[in-house]
Amino acid sequence: MQRGMSIERFESIFSPERLLISPAHLSAYESDALTAFHSRPAAVVVPESADEVIATVRLCNELRLPFVARGSGTSLSGGSLPIAGGIVIALNRLNRILRLDPTDRIAVVEPGVVNTQVTVAAQPFGLHYAPDPSSQTICTIGGNVAFNSGGAHCLKYGMTSNHVLGLKAVLASGEVVEFGGESRESVGPDLTGLFVGSEGLFGVALEITLQLLPRAETFHTVLAGYRTLEEAGNAVSAVVASGLLPGAIEIMDALAIQAAEAAVHAGYPKGCEAVLIVELEGPREKVAAERIELDALLATSGAVEIRVAADSAERMKIWKGRKSAFSAVGRLSPDFIVQDGVVPRRRLGEALRRIGEMSRESGIRVANVFHAGDGNLPPLILYDGREAGALERAETLAGRILKMCVEMGGSLTGEHGIGVEKRDYMPEMFSAVELDLMKRIRSAFDPLGIANPGKMFPCADAPALSQHGLHPLEKAGLISRE
Amino acid sequence: MIPAPANIEELAEIIRSSEKVLAVGARTKPALSTTDSSVQLVSTRNLTGIVEYDPAEFTFTAKAGTPLREIVRILEERGQYLPFDPPLVESGATIGGTVAAGLSGPGRFRYGGIRDFILAVEFLDGNGGRFRGGAKVVKNAAGFDLPKFFTGSCGRVGVLTEVTFKVFPRPPATRSFRIPCATPAEAVELIATVARSRREFDAIDYQSESGEVFSRMRGPADALDALAADLRHEFPRAESIGDAIWDDITELRFATGSEWLEKRPLTLGTMAGFVGECARAEIKCHVSGGGSFVWMHGGNLTHARHPLTSGTGCIIRNCARQPTTAYSGSVFDSRLRDAFDPARRFRGV
Repeated sequence: MQRGMSIERFESIFSPERLLISPAHLSAYESDALTAFHSRPAAVVVPESADEVIATVRLCNELRLPFVARGSGTSLSGGSLPIAGGIVIALNRLNRILRLDPTDRIAVVEPGVVNTQVTVAAQPFGLHYAPDPSSQTICTIGGNVAFNSGGAHCLKYGMTSNHVLGLKAVLASGEVVEFGGESRESVGPDLTGLFVGSEGLFGVALEITLQLLPRAETFHTVLAGYRTLEEAGNAVSAVVASGLLPGAIEIMDALAIQAAEAAVHAGYPKGCEAVLIVELEGPREKVAAERIELDALLATSGAVEIRVAADSAERMKIWKGRKSAFSAVGRLSPDFIVQDGVVPRRRLGEALRRIGEMSRESGIRVANVFHAGDGNLPPLILYDGREAGALERAETLAGRILKMCVEMGGSLTGEHGIGVEKRDYMPEMFSAVELDLMKRIRSAFDPLGIANPGKMFPCADAPALSQHGLHPLEKAGLISRE
Repeated sequence: MIPAPANIEELAEIIRSSEKVLAVGARTKPALSTTDSSVQLVSTRNLTGIVEYDPAEFTFTAKAGTPLREIVRILEERGQYLPFDPPLVESGATIGGTVAAGLSGPGRFRYGGIRDFILAVEFLDGNGGRFRGGAKVVKNAAGFDLPKFFTGSCGRVGVLTEVTFKVFPRPPATRSFRIPCATPAEAVELIATVARSRREFDAIDYQSESGEVFSRMRGPADALDALAADLRHEFPRAESIGDAIWDDITELRFATGSEWLEKRPLTLGTMAGFVGECARAEIKCHVSGGGSFVWMHGGNLTHARHPLTSGTGCIIRNCARQPTTAYSGSVFDSRLRDAFDPARRFRGV
């Protein structure tokens, strides 16, 4: 069937303003947050109901057209990168919180609901939604579910998957299914758990049931500055060995501190090579007892400066600096690659040393901001895409770091997912037979291989790797190359 | 005599040479391995031992046949624990069997259940091939989440040989309470209130027969004493009790003498109605995990065959002594079985 003919079929579902086919419109969807990759879809559809999503997927199935569901396009692994000539299903208008039950402490939401909106809705009941990726003010729950997003509180509360109780989805086969339910417990193989983190390779989630947790009464947020990364790392080890279970343990290195300072003036200590953020949370009586232990431990950890957030405004400022670090690095470098490999915590120091060595060898700057509590180290690899070969050199370095993580007994990704970015490294972590098994599992949900193909598994048809991201005006839809 | 291979190669050989095969651990949940004679049972009891444990990592890896008792003891020596209170520890349950049955205890209320703490699995598929899923680190998003998929799979997609778990530091002190409730509806209201409260309970259970809500807090002793005083201020009928109650619950001693025992997912919103219906059928209920699941039990065949026990739960004891369904299947069973077990050696629906 002719492509043009195929797209016409979508006119039966969508009015022209919700069936985007002009180059100016399409260019805005060519990339996600991994701007090094871009690919032009045949059309972007903007459904306003679950039924429209179902009809779209069924039509894609009939036409054997590949599709990708997209929320806010914040994937750092290229997870929502369009398939050239395929359909992008933009889910931002499916943004209703369908139900919030304070007794059972659950929320049933549509996939386009923004992460923080769940907590905003839950707050009047003293509840919150725990997973907090750095992009939480714009990223959507649907995307969080597809990529099993993490955040700063994973050691204690887990990732997205640990908070999804059930979901309704349309599979690539066109079937509408319900997995799990409203209970926190289930019986039988955990299909909800299998679906979460499947990177859109099974289908599109239409309704997601999330568990809500009681919001902690008090927080004790400490920021400590160190002369060396190693001292900060040792402080983490001491916290872990103490038997405390902080809600978050984060480290930023000098380059990341510099970037965050420039962006939001978080007031981080000057002249430090590393900043450690540790946060205790809970009932006031418990936090009062545990902070004595934490403060004593940090006081002897060689910190140059220790600051305790006196109130919630100061706490927010500390976190704003941390959460803005990624985008802030954009001020230090025109382009960067974000990785998020994981190493066993005991090897964090060694991993950082080796990343430093690789950075020096290759002459490429690397900023480190990481979830020290769980060994998740997202290095930011800085490069200038206008320089010939710079992207390729940065990618080579990124690949070496990933291989190191797997060699150390860790993982290719802690929270960003494999996407298009790391798919060629999957054989480093999984054997050929293990990858084949995963492909067979995928076929159970998507026999035609039309749901977000080209992600997770190594494959031949690589998308265009551009020298540089889209021009900002092109991104804004004001200019286009066609 | 059930064969108990000494290593994975022997286990793979048994799988390959059997027409139908089901792995068993210590058989503390006998209904899950009640089969007809066509099924070859194979025991993991010789595949034991903790393979890796570094307390600083908050993770351990153990062979599937390792008794929970051993794991709990070794974690305790290093001040750590599995917060979801795996059941039947003293009864001899294995870690692999607990994953396959997908069972958690009262502690699942605070930090989640067994599915939330499992990080990696190694298993043999229906052709005896060896596979790994997940990663042995506390955070991982690479590939499909097979560890979760195996949780509750009852031996139907593969034979677990090794599992990796996340653990937490064990809080220094525990305080337990008993709050009597006149009706199930009152219990629901109480559970909903304390579950949302600032106090961070770590377990909230309800026994329908006695009408008692049991709750537990963990943390530094001084803080807990202050929190306990505050709790009694709000709920004057709350009474401090010993912590031994939790061992009784974890060992499912409330069902001693019940020949039939079934776990069923539950919500607080439906709890009062469900418990009431069970009471009319003389089925006893122990609600656990803050209302997220219920242990239904009864003394005889009448209970086991009651319409309430329609097969949507996980039956772990069954006086009917017939092969049990364990749970109802889904349309994906056959397609996913094609992926894991094309020769259909593992038990189906």
